[in-house]
Amino acid sequence: MSDPDQFRAETRAFLEGICPPEMRTPIRSEADVCWGGRNWTFQSDAQRQWLAAMAERGWTVPDWPKDYGGGGLSSAEARVLKEEMQRIGARPALTSFGISMLGPALLKFGTEEQKKHYLPQIARGEIRWCQGYSEPGAGSDLAGLQTKAEDKGDHWLINGQKVWTSYADKADWIFCLVRTSSESKQGGISFLLFDMQTPGVSTKPILLISGNSPFCETFFDDVKVPKDQIVGEVNKGWDVAKYLLGHEREMISGMGLGMAGSLGATTKPADPFLRAEIAAFDVDALAFAAMSERFAAMWKAGEAHPASPSMMKYAGTELNKRRNELAMAAGGSDALEWENGGTARTWLRSKGNSIEGGTSEIQLNIVAKHILRLPGA
Amino acid sequence: MTLLTDDQKMLQETAASFLAEEGSIAKQLRHWRDIGCKDGFGHGLWKQFAELGLTGICIPETHGGMGLGATEAALVLEEIGRNLTPSPFLATAVVTARAIEGTQHADRWFPGILAGEAVLALAVDEGARHAPERAALKARRQGNGFVLNGAKQFVVQGASADMILTAARTAGSPGEVEGLTLFAVPKEARGLAIDNVALVDSSKAARLTFENVELDADAVVGEVDGGWAPLRRALSAGRAGAAAELVGVASGASAMTLDYLRQRKQFGKLIGEFQALQHRAAHLHTEIEIARAAAHKAAQSLDSGDDRAELYVSVAKAKTADVASLAVREGVQMHGGIGMTDEHDIGLFMKREAVLGELFGDVYYHRERVAALSGY
Repeated sequence: MSDPDQFRAETRAFLEGICPPEMRTPIRSEADVCWGGRNWTFQSDAQRQWLAAMAERGWTVPDWPKDYGGGGLSSAEARVLKEEMQRIGARPALTSFGISMLGPALLKFGTEEQKKHYLPQIARGEIRWCQGYSEPGAGSDLAGLQTKAEDKGDHWLINGQKVWTSYADKADWIFCLVRTSSESKQGGISFLLFDMQTPGVSTKPILLISGNSPFCETFFDDVKVPKDQIVGEVNKGWDVAKYLLGHEREMISGMGLGMAGSLGATTKPADPFLRAEIAAFDVDALAFAAMSERFAAMWKAGEAHPASPSMMKYAGTELNKRRNELAMAAGGSDALEWENGGTARTWLRSKGNSIEGGTSEIQLNIVAKHILRLPGA
Repeated sequence: MTLLTDDQKMLQETAASFLAEEGSIAKQLRHWRDIGCKDGFGHGLWKQFAELGLTGICIPETHGGMGLGATEAALVLEEIGRNLTPSPFLATAVVTARAIEGTQHADRWFPGILAGEAVLALAVDEGARHAPERAALKARRQGNGFVLNGAKQFVVQGASADMILTAARTAGSPGEVEGLTLFAVPKEARGLAIDNVALVDSSKAARLTFENVELDADAVVGEVDGGWAPLRRALSAGRAGAAAELVGVASGASAMTLDYLRQRKQFGKLIGEFQALQHRAAHLHTEIEIARAAAHKAAQSLDSGDDRAELYVSVAKAKTADVASLAVREGVQMHGGIGMTDEHDIGLFMKREAVLGELFGDVYYHRERVAALSGY
């Protein structure tokens, strides 16, 4: 590794020089997040420049290898970069399920050709991915999924339906769990990648209680997928799926908590009972942040229990729901306004945190079984 | 946050095996309780702490100690908590040692601590609720020395201590941190009345009455009117230490309860098979991991001099007390009837948690402090 002080100084100078002032303001809403993709419309020139500059260095995915479009940074260097970005309040140049979910799974399970092909597109924000996991009959019982992929010699033929596909209507490609065998529940699942423009793919947004539609129903009607677009072996997709879920849970556990800061300092609650509840929340949130930090370090050192993301996911999402309940209370009647603000919408959206990516109850099952090893769990 | 170094892991292993073997509930807590020991702990074990070098963890190397910090003290305290081991470790080797560090009293007391012979105490609270800056015990100047009048309570091991570090007011009014002075008060000081009080967990804390207790000027620890600096140092170390011990109490109670869930049968099933209990156990385990991280963060930030250290210390004390309370309540409930008996150990965890939760400020005190430090 390079001299850490020198790396910090260079990074600081680079960021100072290249990060546009508009990209140094807090993210106010979903519209401020840069997701990239074929159909992406940049919110501003600043957003375009910021992505281009960071992607050129591979710093949208700083710790991925350079060969795959990453920055090739050590974990210590990546941490310095993160700290320096936080120092100037820089927004992430790119946010995507390719970065947070598919990428790590490809790095672990993909062939060399797949890594060379897909990862740089993710790093540059050229292809936006969505996740085809849940089905109408397979939610918490994910391995019960029925979307069928038949081996037709030179291609797979897909028929079935997914649900809760985040941003399927905006995504370019999908990573999708399909059933390739009915002989075994978990052992009959494969992990496929395909273009959402393939004939037979259609999507329909779902209107949520928050008034927004981040999720879709996704339908597959005789969709032909080339044989080499499978990750891992046939009928071994559950291993890839589980690994990826660990990353998803880590991501969801941090939703709304990472950048949020003290709820009391933001809301300045005048009511003594509310203030007391908010102080109790702030204690829990700061303690959770400590666990998050500790687990990240343990994960990197290979000392974390493989089921530990379930604890993070459970605790983080329950905490975020509580944060939003208290923010609503602190906001009073202002927080109820539907068109402006967004407090009410964020509050309603947060209710999904403990459902998506495996419900809180499923996480507790996992902890009971894999960490506590309780009988019959 | 950094993970434990190899040296720290070794210390952790040493403390874990020593305390599981020598500091067990049967050998220490129950033994001293059942024979009605006036100290509530064994001096033999304190000697053994010293033989392993543990009493010198927080004492600088120049004085013959290990020169380590809150992180290492926390490793030992977590094991103390897990085994409910009664000992002067927290009050003497962590809290008081931190307070007298760098003062002339270090030369007087460090050798005794290192040898596992000296027992020291900190007298700060005067009411039932922790409020160090509200100290009102009066120290009036007289000639070259001082005369102390007032009262203290919840002085951990105060009746066993050779010296009691006492926070007194030399200036200002209760509520102000300026004007406090720390005095090293010898146990035999004339006018000092010590009432040894047994607490719910069979540990001892003293109520002290000072009636014209005359002290020389050299009894002052640090600066006259500047007692807040060493006192705050001691309190931070004590709070971070109590937090670590609470993590141990929570872990010990949880481990005992999980064992019970894996053994006890009802309705022809192990009760650990019931999802109603599995989810509660999994929730508790998650909370204990959070509490452990909070305690670790507090200790590390004290050691590194982080400017948010005081915030993290209060977060840790509030969170660990909250979680340990959950652990012991769930522990007694899940044990059912046997958990209500004196014969079973699970109730001892509940008693210890109550005392540690109160020590150096309870959950409410530290939530309030987190709010104040966060600017609301």
